[in-house]
Amino acid sequence: MQKITRDQLVEKAVALLSDGTVSAVLGWSRGEFDYDITPAVFKSAEEVKENFVWNDFCGANFSKYLVAQTGKVEGKILVFLKPCDTYSFNQLLTEHRFDREKVYAVGIPCEGMADIAKVREIVGDGIVSIEDDGESLKVSTLYADAPVLVGAKDVMAERCVNCKSKKHVAFDELMGEDGEVIESARFDEVARLEAMTPDERFLFWQNELSRCIRCNACRDACPACTCEKCVFDNPDSAVENKAPANSFEEKMFHIIRAFHVAGRCTDCGECSRVCPQNIPLHLLNRKFIKDINEFYGEYQAGAEVGSRAPLVDYTTEDLEPGEVFERGDQDA
Amino acid sequence: MRKCSLDSINKIFGKIAETNKLYLPVDGSDGVAVYTKWEEGKEWSNALNTVRSPKDFFFPQVENLMEFKTSGKNIELTDIREEAEDFVIFGVRACDVRSFDILDRVFLTDPVDSFYASRREHGVIVSVACSKPSETCFCQTFDNIDATNPLGDVTAWKTEDSVYFKANTEKGEAFMKKIESLTEECDDTAVAAEKDKIAAIMKKLPLKDLSADAFGGGKTDTFFNVPEWDELSATCLGCGTCTFVCPTCQCYDIKDFNTGNGVIRYRCWDSCMYSEFTKMAHGNNRLSQKERFRQRFMHKLVYYPENNEGIFGCVGCGRCLAKCPISMNIVKVMKKIGGKVNE
Ligand code: SF4
Ligand code: SF4
Ligand code: SF4
Ligand code: SF4
Repeated sequence: MQKITRDQLVEKAVALLSDGTVSAVLGWSRGEFDYDITPAVFKSAEEVKENFVWNDFCGANFSKYLVAQTGKVEGKILVFLKPCDTYSFNQLLTEHRFDREKVYAVGIPCEGMADIAKVREIVGDGIVSIEDDGESLKVSTLYADAPVLVGAKDVMAERCVNCKSKKHVAFDELMGEDGEVIESARFDEVARLEAMTPDERFLFWQNELSRCIRCNACRDACPACTCEKCVFDNPDSAVENKAPANSFEEKMFHIIRAFHVAGRCTDCGECSRVCPQNIPLHLLNRKFIKDINEFYGEYQAGAEVGSRAPLVDYTTEDLEPGEVFERGDQDA
Repeated sequence: MRKCSLDSINKIFGKIAETNKLYLPVDGSDGVAVYTKWEEGKEWSNALNTVRSPKDFFFPQVENLMEFKTSGKNIELTDIREEAEDFVIFGVRACDVRSFDILDRVFLTDPVDSFYASRREHGVIVSVACSKPSETCFCQTFDNIDATNPLGDVTAWKTEDSVYFKANTEKGEAFMKKIESLTEECDDTAVAAEKDKIAAIMKKLPLKDLSADAFGGGKTDTFFNVPEWDELSATCLGCGTCTFVCPTCQCYDIKDFNTGNGVIRYRCWDSCMYSEFTKMAHGNNRLSQKERFRQRFMHKLVYYPENNEGIFGCVGCGRCLAKCPISMNIVKVMKKIGGKVNE
């Protein structure tokens, strides 16, 4: 369902490598199957030609990799950014997390990525190949006699169904056409949770978070979590933990993380995408975004470089703490 | 061999649950199967496997070891160990049953881990053959794992309409005795057919030809310094998901939790993928993610077999294939560096 093709991206990467503009390429690398794509650092045109992929399973957001990779690579690194990735890119720049001079950013359009779990829900297990015919995915499995056609829309990842912007907010060069910021229904689910009684809401999160295995994938994939030493990894922090010692701690990790990224989370959706236990972590962050929007006016982290997030800024217009408190009371 | 109809399986669960805690994969609200304590109303999941492996039953993610209480200059030590009662884990796949042997070789060799040993002694394992393996399954790569005929105290086969049982051990016989009145004696025709059906699928799995022959004990020098580790580990997040979902990963940390007037000493899973895993008084000897990443795979493919008669430390369950956020995994590692040696 992508409009831009793999060949166009490969051609671009090869050209930029060959003329010396960049010395490495951050891109998606071919997997064992058609959906298990690995972010990779390509160093040569040959590697790009052989292993670079671009399809409906290229969800990984590369912005965060720039923090580590710009330090490792001599010269510039080429990064392909989908619209949502550009917000993370800007947010990281706002926080001075990588050297902009070392990056050549190419914005690429995205029609939405597929979620392999949704594909499995429809076609079942044993997926041996997935072909894209533009409108739908042709999925062959070990158990069905003929390939099953699934509509691209039906298997689109939640974050893409609720895409907030097709517009690139950062790039050196744009391929294809740029889109617009779009109205999305991304806060509907948050509103549904807000409408619950505190007990119902507690049960909802209790149930979701009880599956957490504290693997830290959500934190490690999150472009807003780039602390050199996470408080949860620091043996001297007194809260360092590798396991939720009890159900309180299990929630603490998520609550603290949500607070740490509040105002900085761009809602890129990586946390929920990578969670092995399908925990809808994006809902915690979206609650913060929704509150910030309602309390301080519309704010989109990463929309531009250098913006001051409402939580670290002060204006005389700011909401009085008492009003926040009252509203919290009404919700309860 | 005995059988019962699939419709009556809940009666069997009910019977077992009268005397023992019974755990089996049950679909959660989001469709992810989780080992859950059976009670009336819980249904055995159709999922091939759980994300969280059954190693939890013997080597839980967190367990308290002892408690110290302080008052003035006195320290009081409490042994808070609960001796395990007999329990049953039902529906364990061949790969996961095999993972228990791999853990045993670590926890049950001298010095024996008495916490683990006690749970192992009390656990009854009912395995079930895999009627629908996934494309990520590669148990066939390793010896002694047979998805058509898994090990365990009892082996079960689930067909369209029935469940068949065969006891393999004394514990298994006792289990069969308990459910005797709810099952009937039968011959093994249906099971033989089911085995053939599974074997035919196993021959079609995309990873069926994956070989571990290039690896094994004594290969440290062959693989330790190959340049491929750089690219394989380049984008690893160091999250540890692979180690936490892995049924054979066995590393743990022992930590003290300050309760205010004492200390709870507990152990929890640890991961070689974590930056402070090898932190010691003198510093850290694995400073890069590449070194941490290499450790995980070298351990499974070289170090473990070196110390355990050639047995690999992976059972091919495919969890790390399905769950790594960057889709990097042991299969990609084996193909990349093992293939090179075979050439
Ligand atoms: S990725 Fe999921 S399971 Fe892992 S720590 Fe985050 S919420 Fe928990
Ligand atoms: S290999 Fe994958 S699952 Fe394991 S630590 Fe690296 S990114 Fe996480
Ligand atoms: S290394 Fe991966 S495939 Fe092997 S046992 Fe562990 S999780 Fe399963
Ligand atoms: S790896 Fe083998 S034993 Fe494990 S679930 Fe897959 S087919 Fe069954």
